[in-house]
Amino acid sequence: MPDTLALIANAAGKLTREGLRVTGRGGTALPGLVALTVDPNFITALSSGLRHGVVCVSGTNGKTTTARMLADIARAAGWEPIHNRSGSNLDRGVAAALLADANWYGETRGDLGLFEIDEASLPNVVARLNPRVVVVTNLFRDQMDRYFELDTLAKRIGEALATLPAETIFVLNADDPLVANLALRRDAKKIFFGVDDDSVGGTVPQAISDATRCPRCKAPLAYRRVVLAHVGDWSCSSCGLARPPRDVSATKVVLGESWSEISLAGTIGSVFAAVRVPIPGLYNAYNALAALGAARAFDIGLTDATRALANFRPAFGRLETVDLEGRTLRLVLVKNPAGFNAAVGALLETGRKPRLLAALNDRDADGRDVSWIWDADFETLAPAVEHAVITGIRGRDLALRFKYAGLPKERIEVVDEWRAAIERAVSLAPRGSEVVVLATYTAMLELRSALSQVGAVTPFWED
Amino acid sequence: MDLRIAHLYPDLMNIYGDRGNVIALSQRAKWRGIDVAVRPYSVGEWADQDWPDIWFFGGGQDQGQDIVGADLAGKNGAALKKSVEGGAAIFSVCGGYQLLGHEYVPETGPSIPGVGILDVTTHAGKTRFVGNLLVNAPEAYLIGFENHSGRTHLGSSAKPLGTVVVGNGNNGEDKTEGAVQGKVIGCYLHGSCLPKNPWLADRLLGWALARRHNDLKLAPLDDAAEKSARDQATEVARTRP
Ligand SMILES: [Zn+2]
Repeated sequence: MPDTLALIANAAGKLTREGLRVTGRGGTALPGLVALTVDPNFITALSSGLRHGVVCVSGTNGKTTTARMLADIARAAGWEPIHNRSGSNLDRGVAAALLADANWYGETRGDLGLFEIDEASLPNVVARLNPRVVVVTNLFRDQMDRYFELDTLAKRIGEALATLPAETIFVLNADDPLVANLALRRDAKKIFFGVDDDSVGGTVPQAISDATRCPRCKAPLAYRRVVLAHVGDWSCSSCGLARPPRDVSATKVVLGESWSEISLAGTIGSVFAAVRVPIPGLYNAYNALAALGAARAFDIGLTDATRALANFRPAFGRLETVDLEGRTLRLVLVKNPAGFNAAVGALLETGRKPRLLAALNDRDADGRDVSWIWDADFETLAPAVEHAVITGIRGRDLALRFKYAGLPKERIEVVDEWRAAIERAVSLAPRGSEVVVLATYTAMLELRSALSQVGAVTPFWED
Repeated sequence: MDLRIAHLYPDLMNIYGDRGNVIALSQRAKWRGIDVAVRPYSVGEWADQDWPDIWFFGGGQDQGQDIVGADLAGKNGAALKKSVEGGAAIFSVCGGYQLLGHEYVPETGPSIPGVGILDVTTHAGKTRFVGNLLVNAPEAYLIGFENHSGRTHLGSSAKPLGTVVVGNGNNGEDKTEGAVQGKVIGCYLHGSCLPKNPWLADRLLGWALARRHNDLKLAPLDDAAEKSARDQATEVARTRP
């Protein structure tokens, strides 16, 4: 049972929450802030009583999807996860999630804390959460006006994780040299996941590769296979450092238009039946592997885990579809070059000639520096594009990017208003066809609200 | 007619979308019917230092900058210098700009010598300058996004590229941004710089092509999309610096 101060904080937070609910302003992190103001140790006080402990899911791309997959897996095992949403006001968000779950005595209904954490915030908060399991999906360049350089970030994350107790289990992407070599304590328990299908990926490192040097000796890394940016089957030609053995591995990956299927192998050598994850793209196969690695860390049976994955539903802006006037809008959240390339790869893998509605914003949550679009591989996308309607507060930068990627000007149209842009994109697409919506975070929020104004069916959206 | 572009250390100095500058130079030449070849020049032995008409040198992470600094301290730095003396142009951004100067002086530890092609010196600053950067140059304005902790000061041989209107520029003190010395330009403009500042791209193209072609006149292009992106970015810089 939490101490008195935590109970007061809990009550104050819950009262705030009630007040907001009554006035119709639910869904903010303000109650969390109130609780933390009363008791700075509120998070620790409430989460330390959770029967299955806390798992932190971090990394540049895929943490939301991985965390949601893991939540489904935990529920399939009969657990009750308390799940926050990722965001910059992280400790408030975690506190708000705990408040929403706890009763007035500070007792939580849930038994597992499942917290998504921005990779940049991880070093500051991880010790306070005292996690039993930490998942790191990957590290790519992202919003460098806020996060700065990748080497520095990897170093800070490693230092913070090294302070956690020896019992902590780390679930790490073996295929990402920066993640696989986070400087953890020597006796750290690690579960590595990765893709071992030789048909996946190419041999040439992509322009956005940030980690082309060995994390140990700085010699150039050699790649037998490159999956995305610096992720792949890597080794150092100089000191011999190489991709660690995979504890959870995809021996075969088959990608469909709306699903990906992975055949799994574990270290014990047993090969399990293939699991079909109902969202497309190789990167979602990686997210599934990360979630399965975490399940293994919690000793959740693979049968439960794969069954949960087979019934998975994607989150807001992560390849879900909505219907509008007989057209299907496929929503794709893009926020950095690696994520963009992965999303584009998933679209083009299936031979689409997309009609696009593309939106670029430069608010804090998007990254104020839009330079990243020049690192993203628009050159691969442009030849396939049927038509692009472009919008957003930096839509004109995006239109310029398409121009320099070779998309002819008669296929590019800038429409500044959100609603007008949606209507234009839909009117250009024949009935029964698809419009692919590529948008940064706040642009997706704007488009979403405009979509509900024009009466789009939005089945999977939730905050 | 053909144009040869050298991309310096594309594997190590490639953050903040600076490769957009190479894309801009290439496309603006191709749209005018000029053949373009781009070659990477990275750490180690350089095959042909007389080949490039123009070098592009972008920003990098600290680790990349260390490796590149060490590489330029040897034969490759001398080769770069000789190439400029032979009429080649250079466009550099951020880390590349700093390494073309005399030295980079960190807060602690020994200073990292630069190539010394630009008469500038950079000291490490305590805070980072991050934000939109709007610069008034004699010819036209420049728009971009800065993200650096280095404070660069110009010697007498280098002229500033322009005067800061919004942002910090070279050092946050003297209102200067960038440096020009002969056909060598350095600046702190990411964005990428050249796509949204096509007049600067064309000036560099003119310099580069002049190395092997006489009496050159660049045909005008339809820059409506460039102008539109410039206007929107400038509005953002003025209202949300
Ligand atoms: Zn090595």
